[in-house]
Amino acid sequence: MASDRHHRLSAVSAVPALHVHQVTVRFGDATVLEDVSFDLPAGAFLAIVGPNGAGKSTLVKVALGLVVPQRGHAALFGEPAGDHAERVGYVPQLKTFDRTFPATALELVVTGLRRSWPARVRPAEAERARAALERVGAAELATRPLARLSGGELQRAYLARALVRRPELVLLDEPATGVDFLAEHDLYDLLERYQADSGATVAMVTHDLAAARYHADMVLVLNRRLHGYGTPDVVMCEECLQAAFGHKHHGHALSL
Amino acid sequence: MSILDALAFPFFQRALVAGLAIAVMAGLLGVFVVQRRLSFLGDGLAHAAFGGMGIGAFVIVSSGLVGSRLGLFTQPLWFALPFSMVAALVIAWLRRGTRLSSDTAIGVAFAVSVALGVMFFSLIPPDMNLGVSAMDLLFGSILGVRGGDLWLILGVALGSSLVLLLLWGRLGYATFDDELARADGVRTDRLELLLFLLAAVIIAVSASVVGVILMAAYLVIPAAAARLLARTLAQMTVVSVLMGVVSTLAGLALSFYLDVPSGSTIVLTQAALFVPAALFGRR
Ligand SMILES: Nc1ncnc2c1ncn2[C@@H]1O[C@H](COP(=O)(O)OP(=O)(O)OP(=O)(O)O)[C@@H](O)[C@H]1O
Ligand SMILES: [Mg+2]
Repeated sequence: MASDRHHRLSAVSAVPALHVHQVTVRFGDATVLEDVSFDLPAGAFLAIVGPNGAGKSTLVKVALGLVVPQRGHAALFGEPAGDHAERVGYVPQLKTFDRTFPATALELVVTGLRRSWPARVRPAEAERARAALERVGAAELATRPLARLSGGELQRAYLARALVRRPELVLLDEPATGVDFLAEHDLYDLLERYQADSGATVAMVTHDLAAARYHADMVLVLNRRLHGYGTPDVVMCEECLQAAFGHKHHGHALSL
Repeated sequence: MSILDALAFPFFQRALVAGLAIAVMAGLLGVFVVQRRLSFLGDGLAHAAFGGMGIGAFVIVSSGLVGSRLGLFTQPLWFALPFSMVAALVIAWLRRGTRLSSDTAIGVAFAVSVALGVMFFSLIPPDMNLGVSAMDLLFGSILGVRGGDLWLILGVALGSSLVLLLLWGRLGYATFDDELARADGVRTDRLELLLFLLAAVIIAVSASVVGVILMAAYLVIPAAAARLLARTLAQMTVVSVLMGVVSTLAGLALSFYLDVPSGSTIVLTQAALFVPAALFGRR
């Protein structure tokens, strides 16, 4: 796997899929991101790790154009963040969802195709949406009301929604939360398969350091500032993680 | 006398057309109002309209314009409209710009508007006959709709329904999840402002004609009943409009046969549709 990955990375264009330049974000007087810069090459699989409150979700939102940094900027495929929504698939961090909203899982997935709420789902859209749900192992959810989905089922629906538009960049914010993927490995499998047939770039926020080390091409260690960015073997050293997480990181995760 | 005889009266025709126009636009707007938990917005803006009409009535009376040939333009409505729009902008700003929740923001606008309305109506000399009283404005009379009002309502209904239908997909997306919609390039802040302004226009115009209470009912009850019966937002929208239309037809017919006030009969007809929906609708 490592060799075709290298092949893929070397074959891509020089324009980075995601370019983050000296980004500083403040909320009130709290600095959440400080002078963060990195380039993510197209075709790469990036894992973004860091403790709670490190600014990981904020970084993803900067890339989406949802949060405008006080300083610096982000660019996707060489163009300002937020300009090409149709090229990006976004899976938000598990959120409280309005269970009174009348909708089916299929309709949620179709928003990924339309970028607006569907009044009537066309047969062609339904077909693509069903295929996307099937890909994430949730084919049986299609006609279910959203209000009846469990947290994990909802995450799968959001994942299908992000992938259905066949994005060139997939941004996932802790997509495995509450999902019974086998230790995230299924999820990585799925994303790697998607990458293999689309050539897409993936950036994923995760707390599973072991899986990140095993699967990702690149790892970004974040805690307000950038504490490390590079291949897993270089970045995921005990000292880097300790500096970022601020405490000794125990556990099997690092001893793989 | 049968309902067909009633239909021969111009005032009954006007009531019917005005009621249907309000049912359609309020039914469409109500879907978003209910799903965004802004049900109280209808009351807030309707009372803001009341405040504006109080000011308007006072200005018209004290400037000696009552009964002048300026016609439509000397009606308190022309004060109610901008006043509700300003109230809508204030509510929108309080929601986004401060830490206040929308019900608190609406509550503030509500209380201030009613106080202003009552204050200014009390300043009008009692012997002045404006053709509208504070009670008329609160409870209105759908059977008292005048020809000029009807055209105004029809125009507003046509315009606002068209805008709501055109923006339906984006409004629905932003209502479902503001952040996802924004990530997909929907300008949700502008959209919300537009929704609030549209609500102000629809509510001020309707409330000035059929009264604050009936307007608030049209905005919330059909959409709430529709929510209980629908599986999708599109179904909810259709059912909401249908509920408004059916309750207008049935309410007016019933009020005619039973010889009871039309406004409250329409509200009670809506309630009669809502109760079974609540009892037997989807969970
Ligand atoms: N809209 C906001 N307004 C104010 N503060 C915010 C906002 N969004 C995030 N923050 C703050 O920014 C900091 C970083 O938040 P962020 O959600 O980016 O962290 P995270 O790394 O994703 O954490 P987690 O692992 O818990 O998801 C937190 O302290 C949070 O309180
Ligand atoms: Mg987060």
